[in-house]
Amino acid sequence: MFGLPRSHLMASGSESQGRRGTERPQVLLLRRPLSVLHEALSARFQLLRPWESPVPFDRFLAAHAAGVRALLVTGLTPVDGPLLDALPALRFIVTTSSGVNHIDLAECARRGIAVANAGTIFSLDVAEYAVGLLIDVLRRVSASDRYVRRGLWPRAGDYPLGSKLGSKRVGIVGLGSIGSEIAKRLEAFGCSISYFSRSRKPQVPYTYFPSVGDLAAESNVLVLSCALTKETYHIINRDVMSALGKDGIIINVGRGALVDEAELVKHLMQGEIGGAGLDVFEHEPAVPEELFCMDNVVLSAHFAVHTLEMSSELCQLMIANLNAFFSDRPLLTPVLVRT
Amino acid sequence: MGVMDGSDSDNRSPLNLGGYLAIQWTAVHWVERAMESFGVLLAARIDPYLEAELDRRFKLFRLWESPPAQRREFLRENAEAIRAVVGSPALGADAEMIDLLPRLEIVANFGVGLDKVDLRRCRDRGVRVVYTPDVVTDDTADLAIGLAIAAMRRICDSDRYLKDGSWKGKGDYKLTSKFSGKTVGILGLGRIGQAVAKRAEGFGCPICYCSRSEKRHTSYKYYPSVLELAANCQVLVVACPLTEETRHIINREVIDALGPKGVLVNVGRGPHVDECELVSALHDGRLGAAGLDVFEHEPHVPERLFGLDNVILVPHIGTDTLETSKAMADLILENLEAHVSNRPLPTPVF
Repeated sequence: MFGLPRSHLMASGSESQGRRGTERPQVLLLRRPLSVLHEALSARFQLLRPWESPVPFDRFLAAHAAGVRALLVTGLTPVDGPLLDALPALRFIVTTSSGVNHIDLAECARRGIAVANAGTIFSLDVAEYAVGLLIDVLRRVSASDRYVRRGLWPRAGDYPLGSKLGSKRVGIVGLGSIGSEIAKRLEAFGCSISYFSRSRKPQVPYTYFPSVGDLAAESNVLVLSCALTKETYHIINRDVMSALGKDGIIINVGRGALVDEAELVKHLMQGEIGGAGLDVFEHEPAVPEELFCMDNVVLSAHFAVHTLEMSSELCQLMIANLNAFFSDRPLLTPVLVRT
Repeated sequence: MGVMDGSDSDNRSPLNLGGYLAIQWTAVHWVERAMESFGVLLAARIDPYLEAELDRRFKLFRLWESPPAQRREFLRENAEAIRAVVGSPALGADAEMIDLLPRLEIVANFGVGLDKVDLRRCRDRGVRVVYTPDVVTDDTADLAIGLAIAAMRRICDSDRYLKDGSWKGKGDYKLTSKFSGKTVGILGLGRIGQAVAKRAEGFGCPICYCSRSEKRHTSYKYYPSVLELAANCQVLVVACPLTEETRHIINREVIDALGPKGVLVNVGRGPHVDECELVSALHDGRLGAAGLDVFEHEPHVPERLFGLDNVILVPHIGTDTLETSKAMADLILENLEAHVSNRPLPTPVF
């Protein structure tokens, strides 16, 4: 069922390379991380920092990273075959995200490289952010905040009415850790919850739909909280948007490419969808400029996970996974590759 | 109305049925004619649906059709006809208006905040007062939570950051503060306060409250003063009525107790908060953030707040949804019709 033998989950590190005597183990970074993470890592590991080198990236790797066994990926930097070719000793990758679509997992499995992610530590932050985005879109919080700051309230009168959250039929695409937390929160607001997932979950009290199209047809709101895979790429396409209807709202806290972005922009411009709250985009940091002037669209720079509270938990988790690898202990949040 | 009482039950001949129907029709027709001549003063342009229905069912007077300087004259000219006033959060029925309307029988308040209605004067004059409880609860509570999350997660400022091109130019937005799990303190545990509590609990937030009296039916922690509440919570939500006692209840002391990581959410009334102190505290960093739906001198909002990213400013939209506005309007109409028909009022204050 899984592509990696069990030993790789424990990230075989029986060789003592990188841990000679009291030398700290080497970890390769590809980009400068957030400073709190950078400091925590520096205290415990010998960091390879290609961005600080005047030489091009390829030459840096050839010169310094031939023996590196661990890579920490931040900022969703892609890890593909050519990069892995340049790191022949690599045995472990840990990413600061929960999503792993930026890592070629099949290639990692082929080379015996174990992968760990951030597990579910971000679920509460992302879930609350999704609810915040939905309330903002329906109740026009950001739009009316702009209205006030432009001095329009005394001059142009009351802001137009929004739409009530209670009784909205919310369809959640992907009822994993984040989707479940979103569902729980929205129930308290009087929303009814349905979902689409890879498989029905008999233990949850929500209505299951076997296709996203069917889910959209019975929902006022779609919340996207699933992983990006080949199957879910552009899962929100023109047909799904039409099924959702002109008053429908899309909230995306998953990955940009879950949505056919060009179609979404068209639908929004033509008033064929009611609004959107988007934390993610197909080609970040590029965002379609047509969305900038829409009052029924709320945008943010992929930061649903970026809270002060999470940053220290994330540091601890990343360090714990690295320590586990270097000590031949089980990884805390391994990513299992399905074959 | 005693049109058909039990003693007639043995005499259901066609003649009596016809008589019964005739009496019913007459009664309905009488009520309709009574309504058409029943003068209702709409104090402000609250809602187009409400205005259209009032115009259709009653004899409607629109206060804003006279310039403010001639309002007294307008009221005097129409005083004989006006028997009801429909007021709003902006303009209700104050003592002067009530005194100028000798035939006033009922004041219908669009909303649950009664601070713009002179309740004592109404009571003295025997004027009934009705309002719109329950139908406003959900929207107001939803907005309170929305403002808390928006303020702590900087949703509005990050929307602006992205839309002005800063993501491409300057990189990621800064870290923000999580709402989930923070202690939420609610000032006023009425319908709206309880609805806020229920929603916040879904985010793992412990709940505490301050109210005129302790509520035995809840397990939330009670604090007898707003100062203690502020010192023991991270997000303080104002959801109590505005009265003489609660005016400026959120003062400098309370704001300082809430502190540099604290968040104030006001879905009550602007005068609940000492606005000057609030503005200073937000500028100085003595208060972490605020989500404000109401202000002391609406529609004017202190411009010193406009440049801050730790405050959300929305124009009194607490119940401003299509669904709730219609529900409030229907409740007002129901109350007025009940009054004209001499039936029990659905939602009286008294």
